[in-house]
Amino acid sequence: MDQFITVVGALNEGFWQTLKLFFFTLIGALPLGLVIAFGSMSKLAPLRWLCRALVWVFRGTPLMLQLLIIFFVPGYLLPGGTPWTGENGRFMASVVAFIINYACYFSEIYRGGIQGVPVGQQEAGQVLGMSKSQIFFKVTLLQMVKRIIPPMSNEIITLVKDTSIARIIALEELIFAGYSFLKGSHGYAGLLWPLFFTGVYYLLFNGILTLFFGWLEKKLSYFRV
Amino acid sequence: MAILEIKDMRKSFGKVAVLRGVDFTLEKGEVLVIIGSSGSGKTTLLRCLNFLESPDCGTFLFNGEELYAADKEYSDAEIREKRLHFGLVFQQFNLFPQYTVLKNITLAPDLREPNDKERHLETAKALLEKIGLSDRADAYPCQLSGGQQQRVAIARALAMEPDILCFDEPTSALDPELTGEVLKVIRSLKSSDSTMIVVTHEMAFARDVADKVIFMADGVIEECGTPEEVFGNPKSARLKAFLAKTE
Ligand SMILES: Nc1ncnc2c1ncn2[C@@H]1O[C@H](COP(=O)(O)OP(=O)(O)O)[C@@H](O)[C@H]1O
Ligand SMILES: [Mg+2]
Repeated sequence: MDQFITVVGALNEGFWQTLKLFFFTLIGALPLGLVIAFGSMSKLAPLRWLCRALVWVFRGTPLMLQLLIIFFVPGYLLPGGTPWTGENGRFMASVVAFIINYACYFSEIYRGGIQGVPVGQQEAGQVLGMSKSQIFFKVTLLQMVKRIIPPMSNEIITLVKDTSIARIIALEELIFAGYSFLKGSHGYAGLLWPLFFTGVYYLLFNGILTLFFGWLEKKLSYFRV
Repeated sequence: MAILEIKDMRKSFGKVAVLRGVDFTLEKGEVLVIIGSSGSGKTTLLRCLNFLESPDCGTFLFNGEELYAADKEYSDAEIREKRLHFGLVFQQFNLFPQYTVLKNITLAPDLREPNDKERHLETAKALLEKIGLSDRADAYPCQLSGGQQQRVAIARALAMEPDILCFDEPTSALDPELTGEVLKVIRSLKSSDSTMIVVTHEMAFARDVADKVIFMADGVIEECGTPEEVFGNPKSARLKAFLAKTE
């Protein structure tokens, strides 16, 4: 029983880091993705190419590599040494890498969602005298949201599991916590079950997300696009 | 004085000249019907009038004053002001699917004059009464038939009180048994102070509702006149052939 309480306590702490990384990534990447989506549809060719190149690079290379570069490279290049110190620094570096990476994935989903809204919807707004931003917020946005729920829920569930990649820079997230009992920690070593038990956390959390997306989909089922 | 005068409107898409010099005038309270085979440039003409396309050449005079000249630059805000003189009812309705019938009608007026929402609601209700859909005010577009959707689209355009309301084949996307209700609504709008431009393939309706008819062919006005002249006494061979086909 003591063992169980110790392990669950440590796993909870790891899960807390996982959750924080997950939510901070969403808070940053959801809006940044929209900015990149608009950039990659811009009439200004340089901006368009910049955004598309960014998306190409961040979707075309492993997140693990991006994380390593963002965490380690500044220490070698910046005169003041690395800005990422301690557990907090590892967390910040992870958030930065995850936000940029996920913003690139989200931007492509947004772009598909926006371009999927029939052009007639925009034109109807235009002939009624609406401005571009009114058309986006009052006409396009909700239709886009409805269209992108399935791909976004996929991507967001992947994000939950991807947070474990931050272990590569020793962020003490959930799997880090579970694995520590195999290597030796809190006076225990060679424990297998905590590793399996981390899976329960992922399953429960993704179960909740799945329910949430189902609810959202149902909430928006009153209209057809 | 003419409410609208169009001079030498031209529009090309790449190498394809779609409008090749269109001139016409419209008096206040007139209904202008535009006929012509598919591809002759009717939709492009209405889209230019509503600033959805920018013509390569041409001027619009509104009540004798220059409203738009193709060789001048206008800001987005200026275009938004200018297009309020016009309204457009689309072939495919283009209602906003996420809003109720009532909200579809009040949305644009509310955004324009946020302090007048109550008046817009009253106007919208009166318009629904007029198109016979008062009982569907809270329905969503997907719950309506095509004919009902198009009637709502007409009410939505009317709520902005345009000086000139344009219709682009308003019944072409409808099942034949639903065209009647829409044409009836359009006909009911005809009055001394509502000016309309209607592109249609419904010849009986055109003959009945039009004050003036334009026959377009290959991006120019091939023939123009009263319904009696155009339908009763066509002069050009192309108009004769067109009318024979639609009999
Ligand atoms: N955005 C566009 N790009 C290229 N060609 C177009 C575009 N819009 C219309 N056209 C062409 O212009 C011609 C006239 O089209 P349209 O104005 O729709 O005719 P109508 O409404 O009389 O059938 C057609 O040949 C069509 O293919
Ligand atoms: Mg057409």
